[in-house]
Amino acid sequence: MVRRIAGLARIQVAEEKLPGLARELSAILGFVEQLSEVDTQGVHPYTSPVETQIKARADEVTDGGYPDDILANAPEKDDGYFAVPKVVE
Amino acid sequence: MTQDSDLTRLTLAQARDGLRAKSFSAQELTRSFIDRVAASDKLNAYILATPELALEAATRSDKRLADGDARPLEGLPIGVKDLFCTSGVRTTACSDILGDFTPTYESKVTENLWQDGALMLGKLNNDEFAMGSSNETSAFGPCINPWQTDDKTPLVPGGSSGGSSAAVAARLGLAATATDTGGSIRQPAALTGTVGLKPTYGRCSRWGIVAFASSLDQAGPIARTVRDSAIMLTSMAGHDARDTTSADISVPDFEAALTGDIRGLRVGVPQEYRVDAMPSEIETLWQQGMDWMRDAGAEIVDVSLPHTKYALPAYYIIAPAEASSNLARYDGVRYGARKPGADIDDMYAQTRGAGFGEEVQRRLLIGTYALSAGYYDAYYLKALQVRRLIAQDFEKAYEKCDVLLTPTTPSAAFALDKAQADPLEMYLNDVFTVTVNLAGLPGISVPAGLDANGLPLGLQLIGKAFGEEELLRAAEVLETAAGFSSEPTEWWNAS
Repeated sequence: MVRRIAGLARIQVAEEKLPGLARELSAILGFVEQLSEVDTQGVHPYTSPVETQIKARADEVTDGGYPDDILANAPEKDDGYFAVPKVVE
Repeated sequence: MTQDSDLTRLTLAQARDGLRAKSFSAQELTRSFIDRVAASDKLNAYILATPELALEAATRSDKRLADGDARPLEGLPIGVKDLFCTSGVRTTACSDILGDFTPTYESKVTENLWQDGALMLGKLNNDEFAMGSSNETSAFGPCINPWQTDDKTPLVPGGSSGGSSAAVAARLGLAATATDTGGSIRQPAALTGTVGLKPTYGRCSRWGIVAFASSLDQAGPIARTVRDSAIMLTSMAGHDARDTTSADISVPDFEAALTGDIRGLRVGVPQEYRVDAMPSEIETLWQQGMDWMRDAGAEIVDVSLPHTKYALPAYYIIAPAEASSNLARYDGVRYGARKPGADIDDMYAQTRGAGFGEEVQRRLLIGTYALSAGYYDAYYLKALQVRRLIAQDFEKAYEKCDVLLTPTTPSAAFALDKAQADPLEMYLNDVFTVTVNLAGLPGISVPAGLDANGLPLGLQLIGKAFGEEELLRAAEVLETAAGFSSEPTEWWNAS
């Protein structure tokens, strides 16, 4: 189970760490299990303390035009692009 | 230098007034702090000092002061939590995965501070991605609390803003920026005898702050006094179109709200905050706080926040879920330290496995699990529903009172490694602070006394949404009544 979740999260976890991690995660999930005691029938989920409508603005370009800044911290770049290991054979 | 002429002993307000009165220069003030920072390696509060930048800024400030053109924070040296992006200055969130990331842009909050004339002494330690309550998960190693007991055991400064709280307590800056997702400003403030203010969600822009849990994160100051916190917040706050949750409301002069008059204020005391195993001295201090407020003319009201015990469980679903989404961006492609892999998917996994520390990995796994198919309703949706009940608890309580008074933490500062072994024990540190984040409310921790071992303890006041003026007014009255004036012994000072 932990191996599957780690795969979803794209985190490489060493084999020998899996049992300890499984114990810790089970303890945390056991702790949050208390939530099932609460009657939440018909309660609207709370997603943000800000309940106002997000403001709309004119659909126009307001940012950009500085590729050097964007690429400044790239581990690998090539000719104005981020470079990654080959994806398509 | 005699103690009286040590400029680092001034509060931020006193330093501001001294600069205006030409009692000393911004360069003198800044040098005093730079010297202290340079002698403070044992605390590991600063993970990157920027003395040259500070002195350049101080020189510019002295010119403005001479020209009568001083801005609100002109020439005042502060520290910046490493969660705030600072243009041209390495920003890592104290994670290996960010490597030597050097932003080409400035966070809105720090930009506001620099535009008001403040200057930066350097970047401060914190728990990796602000995930922790002891500053022990930092990739730069733990920050140490300036406060110690007689046996000299190293103690944690709280977290995640442990560098900020330690720096302010050790006079390594007039104040510091910090962030609070579940208590990360207020808990470290309580553990170091400083004032920590978490504003209402939306009061400060989150733009340019490394994201942890976006619906909970909020920036605020750690400072030596309530007045200094009010001055800092006035500059830090404000609407920003680049953060869609930033509140489009005007920013008052918070310092002007400190009238010292709380007659008629209704102070609520939530009965659910009397947790099991709370040390009797915290219970006593809380009672003392009620007496102080009553003596100042406030009325003490018993209130109930019935869903309090479900706040931490809800938080430990919601915060990791949001984090698992936010931290998906660290994949070794656009910035940070990349680890090679067999293919691109393996490169992501190797990069994230090597770059994220253990606590961050735990939370990302919990968050991924809670959001995964088949578990979303049972965990995430349930937590969001409980979150609404918690917010409604506060709404009901505020029908009977104006502010709430509680302890900030269930204990004083603890030894390094003490809680590290058990993640759940560490999480309990936030039992009194986390409800405030879930409901989006402002809260402040004020140093109120010492425990039997001579370590600081804090009391927390919680306000209504965007009620920072009333909150700060009450906090200053509490601060004055408590009269906290103790200081840590300077065991760390290498000069």
